[in-house]
Amino acid sequence: MDLSLTTEQQALRDTAREFVDAEIVPNIQEWDRAEAVDRAIVGKLGDIGFLGLTVPERYGGSGGNHLDYCLMMEEIGRGDSSVRGIVSVSLGLVAKTVLRFGTEQQKQAWLPGLCSGASLACFGLTEPDTGSDAANLNSKAVRDGDDWVINGSKMFITNGTWADLALIFARTGGTGPKGVSAFLVPTGTPGFSHTEIKGKLGLRGQSTGELTLDNVRVPAEAMLGSEGEGFRIAMAALDKGRMSVAAGCVGLARAALDASVRYATERDQFGKPIAGFQLVQEMLADMAVATDAARLLVWRVADLIDREQPFGTAASMAKLHATENAVNAANQAIQVFGGYGYIDEYPVGKYLRDARVMTLYEGTSQIQKLLIGRALTGVSAFT
Amino acid sequence: MTNIVVLVKQVPDTYSERKLTETDHTLDRESADAVLDEINERAVEEALKIKEAGEGEVTVLCVGPDRATDAIRKALSMGADKAVHVSDEALHGSDLVATSRVIAAAIGKLDSVDLVIAGNEASDGRGGAVPAVVAELLGLPQLTHAHHLAVEGSTVKVDRETADEGITHLEANLPALVSVTEKINEPRYPSFKGIMAAKKKPVETYTVADLGIDAGEVGLTNAWSAVQSASPKPPRQAGERVEDDGEGGTKIAEYLVGQKLV
Repeated sequence: MDLSLTTEQQALRDTAREFVDAEIVPNIQEWDRAEAVDRAIVGKLGDIGFLGLTVPERYGGSGGNHLDYCLMMEEIGRGDSSVRGIVSVSLGLVAKTVLRFGTEQQKQAWLPGLCSGASLACFGLTEPDTGSDAANLNSKAVRDGDDWVINGSKMFITNGTWADLALIFARTGGTGPKGVSAFLVPTGTPGFSHTEIKGKLGLRGQSTGELTLDNVRVPAEAMLGSEGEGFRIAMAALDKGRMSVAAGCVGLARAALDASVRYATERDQFGKPIAGFQLVQEMLADMAVATDAARLLVWRVADLIDREQPFGTAASMAKLHATENAVNAANQAIQVFGGYGYIDEYPVGKYLRDARVMTLYEGTSQIQKLLIGRALTGVSAFT
Repeated sequence: MTNIVVLVKQVPDTYSERKLTETDHTLDRESADAVLDEINERAVEEALKIKEAGEGEVTVLCVGPDRATDAIRKALSMGADKAVHVSDEALHGSDLVATSRVIAAAIGKLDSVDLVIAGNEASDGRGGAVPAVVAELLGLPQLTHAHHLAVEGSTVKVDRETADEGITHLEANLPALVSVTEKINEPRYPSFKGIMAAKKKPVETYTVADLGIDAGEVGLTNAWSAVQSASPKPPRQAGERVEDDGEGGTKIAEYLVGQKLV
């Protein structure tokens, strides 16, 4: 087994580092305080091909494999999880899903814009009353001639107020997972509205919205996949999405570690740098080991996807460990920084606030454990 | 169709500690991260803009050890079409005259060059004379310190800016050599497609012998200048601390005036 990167992968990582250090890192405090990143960052990410990674060039993508994608996501996650989330959702959850389940016409219609950054997408699964229990979602789509008419609301939707395209999951049949279908809905369709959700603990730079669909009429061709296939599509998207979140969390934890190492070597107490105290070194060592372990779990998922092997359980393991580690690492970083970690002059407080949602969205840590437990035992704890 | 050659150099990253080797006072290339000099990224960017505005081909030319392939690859990732790499142990420690002769000879190997673009000075040696010497050796008009560059038909126009002389407007017929300053543009990032495409782009490698130059004319022992001694920069001194006992503002102002900073 060879874990070294190719020359091209090193160049990709170097470019991503350079881009993140120049275009993202200097702005994170301002974006966090303003509760909005500068949207120009989306076009810039598109220009260098980052919004098209893993999408073939014939659909406006950049090509590349899932390890390339993870290298990029780690670097963006190191810079700003808000920006990483924009990419994770628009490319990771929606564009990749259109690529896998879409008709040729759907791919031609949406992928070039999403890959260039000319348009953004959001993923409309979660509802006010259904989070982990997504199979029981309440939004409804009713057939009317050649159209579908969709009603319902969606909650905590990343890119919700910015998106041009919403991948909406709605019930077209009976109860449970088999009654759900997926639709590609342009957000400018009459009856589609959104409200910005303010006051988030973290990921403040990101647009998070509540979506309302009031008799939104779309043609039959807007359905992604076949009728009743929606829940399977959502779960397939989330399997890959978990790798994406996990890769971003490796970056976040690395940022926390790097900041802690730097600070520990510069900060003197009792006449010497605090890096010289064993209890500080223990924190740094724990962060480093857990972060490297998270990266290896992420890379395993990427490798399985690229070799077209089953990867769902591996993705749950990576997501569980990488997100919990991101929270721990950011929390430990504040401990290393002491009082200075508690103010936003330094970024570690933001790392913790941003990290905290990672163990919640795209499947909570508890859901990941149940998925891993079901794979181990063959017994489902969901029913 | 404008055939452009961009001179590029791999230099130690300005963010890392740069030092000379103790034995021969040449650059210690192993001690620092090596990168494509930022001024060269701007030179490549300017060449790509000319190419994209019309038609043309951009060749990057690098004289440097084998590891300089990383710098060449970055220029190719940005969008340059091909590269020439002159790499030879004999070149170690060459002065700027010998380096310029090698560059001129390598340019001579290329077909119909219309424009040579270089950075005005590298961030390591900082001689700042290579562009002029290369132009002289090739008999090309030299338009140095450009902060604006435009190719119109068979002429090149440049706004030349130096600290002491203000701005001069220069114009020359092609072929010509232009050196650019850091004000010329903001270089692009390599795109992912550019990175993937770079590995398929041709890189021609030459030794000094391939260029018809005798190894006895280059290298440290044949340099016209020699470094007699070198010492590292003294470590930074601790700053001066002003305690604010109600007069802090006045004390700071007095300090700044004393240092002729205000």
